[in-house]
Amino acid sequence: MNDMTQTLETPVAGRERIGGVILDLQNISLRFGGVKALTDISFDVREHEIRSIIGPNGAGKSSMLNVINGVYHPQEGRILFRGALREKMEPQVAAAQGIARTFQNIALFKGMTVLDNIMTGRNLKMKCNLFQHALFWGAAQKEEIAHRIKVEEVIDFLEIQSIRNTPVGRLPYGLQKRVELGRALAAEPELLLLDEPMAGMNVEEKQDMCRFILDVNDEYGTTIVLIEHDMGVVMDISDRVVVLDYGKKIGDGAPDEVKNNPDVIAAYLGTSH
Amino acid sequence: MGFFLETFLGGLMTGLLYALIGLGFVLIFKASGVFNFAQGAMVLVAALAMARFSGWATEALGSMVLGNVLAFLMSVAFMIAVAIVIERLVLRHLVNQELTTLLMATLGITYVLDGLGQMVFGSSVYTIDVGMPKEPLFLFEGVFEGGMLINPDDLIAAGVAATLVATLALLFQYTKVGRALRAVADDHQAAQSVGIPLGRIWVVVWAVAGIVALVAGIVWGSKLGVQFSLSTVALRALPVVILGGLTSVPGAIIGGLIIGVGEKVSEVYLGPFVGGGIEVWFAYVLALVFLLFRPEGLFGEKHIDRV
Repeated sequence: MNDMTQTLETPVAGRERIGGVILDLQNISLRFGGVKALTDISFDVREHEIRSIIGPNGAGKSSMLNVINGVYHPQEGRILFRGALREKMEPQVAAAQGIARTFQNIALFKGMTVLDNIMTGRNLKMKCNLFQHALFWGAAQKEEIAHRIKVEEVIDFLEIQSIRNTPVGRLPYGLQKRVELGRALAAEPELLLLDEPMAGMNVEEKQDMCRFILDVNDEYGTTIVLIEHDMGVVMDISDRVVVLDYGKKIGDGAPDEVKNNPDVIAAYLGTSH
Repeated sequence: MGFFLETFLGGLMTGLLYALIGLGFVLIFKASGVFNFAQGAMVLVAALAMARFSGWATEALGSMVLGNVLAFLMSVAFMIAVAIVIERLVLRHLVNQELTTLLMATLGITYVLDGLGQMVFGSSVYTIDVGMPKEPLFLFEGVFEGGMLINPDDLIAAGVAATLVATLALLFQYTKVGRALRAVADDHQAAQSVGIPLGRIWVVVWAVAGIVALVAGIVWGSKLGVQFSLSTVALRALPVVILGGLTSVPGAIIGGLIIGVGEKVSEVYLGPFVGGGIEVWFAYVLALVFLLFRPEGLFGEKHIDRV
């Protein structure tokens, strides 16, 4: 509980918000049988920054995210998270280390309400055991209430108060994306992985989502790794951008550098030979 | 009047027995989206374990009460062990697979459990005697002529079932564990991403389903004896979960009661006009009607697809 109030109430100050390297990916190669999804990719993510991964379809962006999240295990390369070398691990271990994510094709618990979905995000923060929960006695009840308060903060933050008790399966696409972000935020992650959070949204929904992403970054100091196809959005909100094409890294740097990189332009527009 | 009430009550009691088995189906369906064919086999194995353990423990301790308590604890431990083994050997390897794959796996588990259970515990007919009072009670003798007859062991079974259901319903609806179970049922990948350990959740839910099977096995077994046919009793509970909704814990109970009462009352009052035998098919016809007009059951989650 204490760490939450801290991150909530101390916004990271102005321009010097970006800190040291939090996630370091070194020479990552990932193959599925004979298919090379990622080849020798290295880049790092600094604390409190918004780091975007872009590239044409099939470039390996989602694979990269799944590597960070522990869904895929690269055959080669090293991953350092907060300076510690990462062993082969499962996604729930990544969650325990403070990495939360959203999915390209929304992966919410469709039969459950918005509230319950976001409550699952607090799963790891709840300490009572099965038997205490079975009895719903004393500590378990207190814990449930404390976490409910945190979840209400997330609901307020994302402005979804009115749909609190709606099963998410009934919500329109844009709102589902917002609930999924809420579930990730409820875990109070240090590192937030967003896989195309604005895909399929209209302009207004995109603007809302951009605002939420910037606010999360600004208010909670959360480090964000973002995959997005909308170049306008990416160039506007990212601190640094890494560009993938056919599983290889072809560009890395501030939005302006990347925009003028001839390889990147070629990958997106094609070249005349 | 007395006769109708007796029939009605008899139906309620049978219904509770169905409900206990249906509950096991619902638990696993809620936590994995899979219809667990092995529930009947679990009832059989649990009842066999209880019957053999209690025979042994009563002899060793020389007291029926202590012996039964010890046997119950041992059977609980046994069912938990079964859950762990199922997770290790089967479920763990099927994470993120199609639901049909899991469904077929539970069919396989059924045969293994049926076979192993009888191999380990023997295949004769055993009895479970947990010392429930068998003397029938007469109630309402002053209210109407003849009063009505009730078996006290039925009442105890009803009490046990009600407690079990209330606990499970609350657990599912209002606690972290319940949410985790429902989350796993909806989406493996998403559940892992918020840090829910799939393996442990599956062990928990199969263990709970095993304990529910144990309770069902004890109640059925002490009435009818423990034998292979217990495994097929589960088929009688199938209409119950269709009626109540596969995702609803209270639904399993209400479905069980409706079918129990419906069977008995229609057999007694409609049976003579059609030559009897209604009891055998009543539940299935009712389930069929529900499948046609309300496929999600009385209390199930309505399935909505976006186009």
